[in-house]
Amino acid sequence: MFSDYSLAELSSIFMMQGFAGLILFSVFVLMALGLAIIFGQMGVINMAHGEFMILGAYVTYFTSQFFLNYLPSLFGIYFFIAMILAFLASGALGMATEWLMIRHLYKRPLDTLLATWGLSLILQQVYRSVFGPREVGVELPSWMMGSLPVTDVVEVQINGLFVMGLTIAITVAVALLMYKSSWGKQVRAVVQNRVMAGAVGINTEKVDRYTFGLGCGIAGVAGSAFTMIGSTGPTSGQLYIVDTFLVVVFGGAQSLLGTIASAFTISQAQSTLEFFLSGSMAKVLTLIGVVVILMLRPQGLFVIKVRR
Amino acid sequence: MTTPAPTSGRTFFLRRQDMIGIAILAVLLMVVLPLTLDNFRLQFVGKYLTYAFVALGLALCWGYAGILSLGQGVFFGLGGYCMAMFLKLEASSVENTKIQTTPGIPDFMDWNQITALPWFWEPFRSFGFTTLAVVAVPALFALIIGFALFKRRVGGVYFAIITQALAAIMTILIIGQQGYTGGINGITDLRTLHGWDIRTDSAKTILYFVCVGLLIACILLAYYVKSSKLGRLLVAMRDKEDRVRFSGYDVSSFKIFVFCLAASLSAIGGAMFTLQVGFMSPSFVGIVPSIEMVIYTAVGGRLSILGAVYGTLVVNWAKTSFSESFPELWLFGLGGLFIAVVLIFPNGLAGLWQTYVAPRLGPLFGGQARRAAPPPASEPVAPAVAE
Repeated sequence: MFSDYSLAELSSIFMMQGFAGLILFSVFVLMALGLAIIFGQMGVINMAHGEFMILGAYVTYFTSQFFLNYLPSLFGIYFFIAMILAFLASGALGMATEWLMIRHLYKRPLDTLLATWGLSLILQQVYRSVFGPREVGVELPSWMMGSLPVTDVVEVQINGLFVMGLTIAITVAVALLMYKSSWGKQVRAVVQNRVMAGAVGINTEKVDRYTFGLGCGIAGVAGSAFTMIGSTGPTSGQLYIVDTFLVVVFGGAQSLLGTIASAFTISQAQSTLEFFLSGSMAKVLTLIGVVVILMLRPQGLFVIKVRR
Repeated sequence: MTTPAPTSGRTFFLRRQDMIGIAILAVLLMVVLPLTLDNFRLQFVGKYLTYAFVALGLALCWGYAGILSLGQGVFFGLGGYCMAMFLKLEASSVENTKIQTTPGIPDFMDWNQITALPWFWEPFRSFGFTTLAVVAVPALFALIIGFALFKRRVGGVYFAIITQALAAIMTILIIGQQGYTGGINGITDLRTLHGWDIRTDSAKTILYFVCVGLLIACILLAYYVKSSKLGRLLVAMRDKEDRVRFSGYDVSSFKIFVFCLAASLSAIGGAMFTLQVGFMSPSFVGIVPSIEMVIYTAVGGRLSILGAVYGTLVVNWAKTSFSESFPELWLFGLGGLFIAVVLIFPNGLAGLWQTYVAPRLGPLFGGQARRAAPPPASEPVAPAVAE
């Protein structure tokens, strides 16, 4: 499949597709970070994760509409406010979900899968009834439009760059929170040995609730970033949920580094293959590759030893 | 039914209450429903019953063996597509397709500029091969997956996610390879089976009874597996896998077996679906239908074989009537059902029956009050008769 292209063309193709892959990578990482916290740390399968993300996207959309109509002079910075609102909205919904539903199911992980799937159906229908079935898109502030030329044939979009920058910032923030703060230490203690963590005085219920809220909040931020590169509809979240779970499982569920590495591998493979094959075959080949590697190495790329 | 019930009598592999349950179901499906419903509604029931095969497989695989597969739609689809390929080839005889550029191949291939029948379609000209393939292809596929995963001790959540990914892969593949599979429309316009027109009302009624017959046969098979030594090993494995392994049993082989069995059952359902509904499409293969099939089993009671059938009928009947009158409410209903069945009544309809109805029915028929039957999984096991 490479023989039709010259070497110079091939390198440009790889750069362009590599950049497209980086945007996909950002979306994967943002979604997978929240999921890695919820699934990797708590063992809860949150099938409604996509819907928490879409909630963030809708919040961003309405914030942009609000700024457009009432504060047009501040439109350039609406995104940052929208992101915080998205985090709060999704996080609050996540904590409510944890309190009402998830906390009764910690001993039955497969049942969390069914229950959260039910939640995702309900949320989808809520979005459809409240926000309408049509897809909505936000208007980008002027500084985010356009693209930067890198070479004669290679250009990168500014909104893509922005999403990437945002991804790096959020990843660093999550890593600091999990590995440097005392709260992160509590979360990791609960993961490694719930009973002992409780015995040394950690309020495990509270840690669970905030961990779940944090995971959902990050999903909301992911949704916020998602509006920069795509439009939002009631069922957009479901498109990504399987990919995201594969990213988390492939990376090794408990490892943040693994999640990032696997998101990178999967997104780059998919986007590079997409240029040479049809989009659907690229996706099929990538997914099959991941499944085969998981069959050979079920624990994922990176593993942390956990006492069960 | 009115004779006093001996306490734990077993004939062959069925307990007395199982036989009564199967008999009631058979009478309901074979006599009551055909007499009370018009043809249109009866065809709906026939369609629901094809899902009951999947639910039956899931009851064994998930309820008894604890393996939650979110990819049963793949097997349902494989069975359905095998049957659809045979019917499509029969419908695209040279006379029927002479307006095409290449006569004698299915119409969608002609639309996609394919000029010769692909090699994997060729064997489906034979009905014998097709019937074999309906059961064997999904079982083989399940064998490969099961072998790769269970031998490496992948289970539980990871297995669920990987099977879900398989459902996604299968859908994308079918939609992407339009020329070979019919794409998103699926394989449509199926007409005859050996010259017998399957689109007429009388043919559909006959197929309904064939479907019920097959279902009853599969239910008996499921009871046989459940009451055999294998069935009890499955339950033991679900509850304490390590202990079974340390007792010297090869745990993964049992898991592979039950997963393959569930796959074949689903595929029989898929083939019956194609015959009764007259088409097969990727919308019955993907993630959403696969996980809906799990809810049928969950509503029926994941530990109850007959419950799976009733669960399928109830959920689908609710779906049809809700979507007819309040299309918006249905997703709320289905979502609520998922949550309720997990949080409030994890043993489903069968659990409700055993807690509230069975203890009152006992005195009515048996003349003496029987102890409320505990859920089947936890009941003390009698020595197996059928091994």
